[in-house]
Amino acid sequence: MLTLGSIAVTLLGLLFITFVIGRVMPIDPVLAIVGERASQETYDTVYLQLGLDKPLMVQFFYYLWDVLHLDFGTSLLNARPVSEDIARVFPATLELATIGIIFGVVLGVPLGVLAAVRKGSWIDQIARVVALVGYSMPIFWLGLMGLLVFYGILGWVGGPGRVGIFYVDVVPSVTGLILVDSLLDGNWDVFKDAFSHIILPASLLGYYSLAYVSRMTRSFMLEQLSAEYITTARVKGMSEWDVVWKHAFKNIRVQLITVIALSYANLLEGSVLTEIIFSWPGIGSYITTALLSADMNAVLGGTVVVGLIFILLNILSDLLYKVFDPRAK
Amino acid sequence: MMSTLLDVQNLWVRFPTRNGVFDAVRGVSFTLGRERLGIVGESGSGKSMTGRAILRLIRPPGIVEADQVNLEGQDLMKLSEKDMRSVRGQRISMVMQDPKFSLNPVMTIGDQIIEAYRLHNSASKADAYNKSLEMLEAVSIRDAERVMRAYPHEMSGGMGQRIMIAMMLIPNPEILIADEPTSALDVSVQRQVLDIMDKLVKERGMGLIFISHDLNLVADFCDRVLIMYSGRIVEVCDADKLHEAKHPYTRGLLNSLPRLDAPRDRLEVLERDPQWSEAPSVSGSE
Repeated sequence: MLTLGSIAVTLLGLLFITFVIGRVMPIDPVLAIVGERASQETYDTVYLQLGLDKPLMVQFFYYLWDVLHLDFGTSLLNARPVSEDIARVFPATLELATIGIIFGVVLGVPLGVLAAVRKGSWIDQIARVVALVGYSMPIFWLGLMGLLVFYGILGWVGGPGRVGIFYVDVVPSVTGLILVDSLLDGNWDVFKDAFSHIILPASLLGYYSLAYVSRMTRSFMLEQLSAEYITTARVKGMSEWDVVWKHAFKNIRVQLITVIALSYANLLEGSVLTEIIFSWPGIGSYITTALLSADMNAVLGGTVVVGLIFILLNILSDLLYKVFDPRAK
Repeated sequence: MMSTLLDVQNLWVRFPTRNGVFDAVRGVSFTLGRERLGIVGESGSGKSMTGRAILRLIRPPGIVEADQVNLEGQDLMKLSEKDMRSVRGQRISMVMQDPKFSLNPVMTIGDQIIEAYRLHNSASKADAYNKSLEMLEAVSIRDAERVMRAYPHEMSGGMGQRIMIAMMLIPNPEILIADEPTSALDVSVQRQVLDIMDKLVKERGMGLIFISHDLNLVADFCDRVLIMYSGRIVEVCDADKLHEAKHPYTRGLLNSLPRLDAPRDRLEVLERDPQWSEAPSVSGSE
């Protein structure tokens, strides 16, 4: 199958690039493990253990083999397997990004449609301003202001972190998503606490995706609303609501999927600033911390996972195209 | 005199622009009986706008004004948008130029036809389906069941236009506005589509407004012709007497057509007289 083949090639390319990055970095992987005061003998042993004496091509196949077995090596910072770390931090990002994208889509799409249908009206103007603010405000500023107002002054939401200190590790981790785990455990208190913690950073991320999604929706809709089949629908005697949702909207679904998938992928990479401000132990802050401490195994492992997410979302949107557009079959 | 279906008096279509108001249609009056009324004119003469204004499909900021657009005693200009919706499709319908664009690309043809029927008839899905099949067969579509399941991009232009005609006639309207229905089609299928449309319009005793820039086609196909120039009607004549038209614009248009029986090296160029657009609109009422 063509799709499977292209996925394999993309994946191979991704792994090749991360491999090359790992090799050209001016960081000695042996020194990073054994430390600077190790004897030459120790150094040589580890050097051989890592297979660094083999040709690059062979090393690449070792690397491929390891990655395919989900072995990204050991983190230098905490001496744990990188895959374990990622399995811990990724669900945190997944939870945040998913609620964020739901927020962005549920509000952004109708806002964009409305702005297109009532082009030039006050709704369109408001949508424009909302999106402009979303595009141009630095997220750390909005995040800090949000914390100050909603957590510090009003006390409506939880503060930084995924749950309050009393709820840490209360529910057993099954999926790694605290909202889901607490529901599985039937622990409402943890769920409520986790929800109050996630709502602010998720809305913030959602706001950014809303800005993007609503602008794109608007321009897709404007294009469709001037199409001739829309006139046909009106000639049939259809109400404007049905013309918009049953005819025009059906035609922007494919384009919307692309936009939403991209936006979701962006959030899933982990937005470093949001995660740092909200002390969110996600993949964005994980990779950043690893990068700053030259923990290459962690950086490359994280990069591969992020790349994989992009590939997976692309496959998913390709599949959805075929559902929504008869011409793509 | 035949019974009047539609009586349009002093119809204006206006578009406010940066440099003042642009009048696309300027005080057009005509009546339509159970006949085939042609409207001809060049691009921008206001013929399409006239058709769309009757259905009140001109979108804001465009403005439609008229003393009356009387459909069998009911003034369409006075109807609310909601009441107007029950006129569209059910009483006056329209076939547009290119089926490639006028059919929704992501809906099956069946769904689009069934929808047109069920908007005005409280029929069950199964009844609407059967009715749609019948209608497709009436426009000479073979293998109608397969076509019902197909999407517009799987159809040829001629089929697409016959499907459009089926879709627009299924609620049984009294008037059909055909806006250049054959301009996007191959010459070889033009006649076929016209014949089907003509047959159905006649059988049902409908009025047809046929908008076209093709003089010969209109002369051939219609009963009566309105010639429009810059938003006004400059001449009205019986279609079979179109070649005896007197107005210099109509004469100019006729003379600029190439003819097989009288070949010429150089076709005549239409000389426009600014007076034509100033002269009051001729009434097209019977």
